[in-house]
Amino acid sequence: MSILELVNVSKVYGEGATEVDAISHIDLAVERGSLVAIMGPSGSGKSTLLTIAGSLEMPTTGDVIINGKNVVGMSRDDKARLRRRTIGYVFQDFNLLAGLTAVENVSLPLELDGIAMKKARTQGLSVLEELGLLDRAERFPDELSGGERQRVAIARAIVGERSLLLADEPSGALDSANGEAVMRMILSACHGGVAALVVTHDAKLASWADRVVFLRDGKAVDETLPHETPEGILVHEAAHPSES
Amino acid sequence: MSIRHSLLALLSEGPKYGFQLRQEFEASTGDVWPLNVGQVYTTLDRLERDGLAESDGVDADERQKNFRITQKGEEELSRWLRTPPDLAQPPRDELVIKILVASGLPDVDVYDIIQVHRRYVVQLMQQWTHLKEDESHLDLAFALAIDAELFRLDSVVRWLDAADGRLRRAAHEASTGGDAEYPRIRLRMGAHR
Repeated sequence: MSILELVNVSKVYGEGATEVDAISHIDLAVERGSLVAIMGPSGSGKSTLLTIAGSLEMPTTGDVIINGKNVVGMSRDDKARLRRRTIGYVFQDFNLLAGLTAVENVSLPLELDGIAMKKARTQGLSVLEELGLLDRAERFPDELSGGERQRVAIARAIVGERSLLLADEPSGALDSANGEAVMRMILSACHGGVAALVVTHDAKLASWADRVVFLRDGKAVDETLPHETPEGILVHEAAHPSES
Repeated sequence: MSIRHSLLALLSEGPKYGFQLRQEFEASTGDVWPLNVGQVYTTLDRLERDGLAESDGVDADERQKNFRITQKGEEELSRWLRTPPDLAQPPRDELVIKILVASGLPDVDVYDIIQVHRRYVVQLMQQWTHLKEDESHLDLAFALAIDAELFRLDSVVRWLDAADGRLRRAAHEASTGGDAEYPRIRLRMGAHR
């Protein structure tokens, strides 16, 4: 089942002579439990696509269907509720609130949604535990390393019943070991049933995805074929015993 | 992959039997590089001949012989570890040649050709990444070898991206008679210095 579906989505900024097609005629579905990466250079429309997928912006034409509901035409309140309950965002610069501890940051979206502080905290702690960050729960963001901050941001994005994780260059400023840890965490959220859409220009990050869609000048020009083993790769015998 | 020096490295840990060396050699390369099993025994023969290793059994077959490293072998191993491989000469890169050729052909869409290769390389990277997904069964040597391959392939994607950008800028400059936005910005920046 698709958690996110973009149907013939286009976004035009400006009017007349200054009109710019940020994205054109995008069709994209992200299934429950799957990780899709969008790769493209700066200015290819990656971030626009992500903000539209997250209902932060409306498309000029086309439909954005999240958990079976079309976001286009939805009231502001309904969209806000959908964002709070269903969608988690991860940004390059973490966006944690400096005055709150890790667990307070993680449980904040639940409290904003009206869940009692104590219950929200319990759920926050349980996500931190799942992601191996329980011993960091009472630390403030400036007491955490960059990698830990991003892992807390991922915990915040998947806390509660969220089913769609949207990430914009999630390991942007991190070294490769921490970048890998972040992608492993997103993947493990997917194994737990979350659908994730990650935009990046980094092929090492994108290669964690089940499917990579290539964006160029606002158009989806190509994508990797998930079940095709490219010719020439040496297959690890232990990983593929049937082929040995 | 130097079988000769890898075997010396294994022997530097202590004396070992031929069959044991073969098993450990396969494990130490993380099974990433294909191996001709016969080569291990041939190489052990040569190590003995060159005085880099010695064995006790004269008549026994290679599998049953017990090998140990000599002083000369220790020195050769140390010299090899510290000698950088020749990276000064750029390899003859078939992909680079294909893109260079494509960029000069009037009826070929070079960006399309770049994308064909980009997709292929990213797919390869997905395969390698998938192999290291399950950390609980990830052998350290195998993980290091996969990382090396991923970094190598990543540099190919980066080059394709850079080539794509450079070709687009060049095409834009050609179509605007060289009066493109890009050099103008560069001039303005220069004026500030």
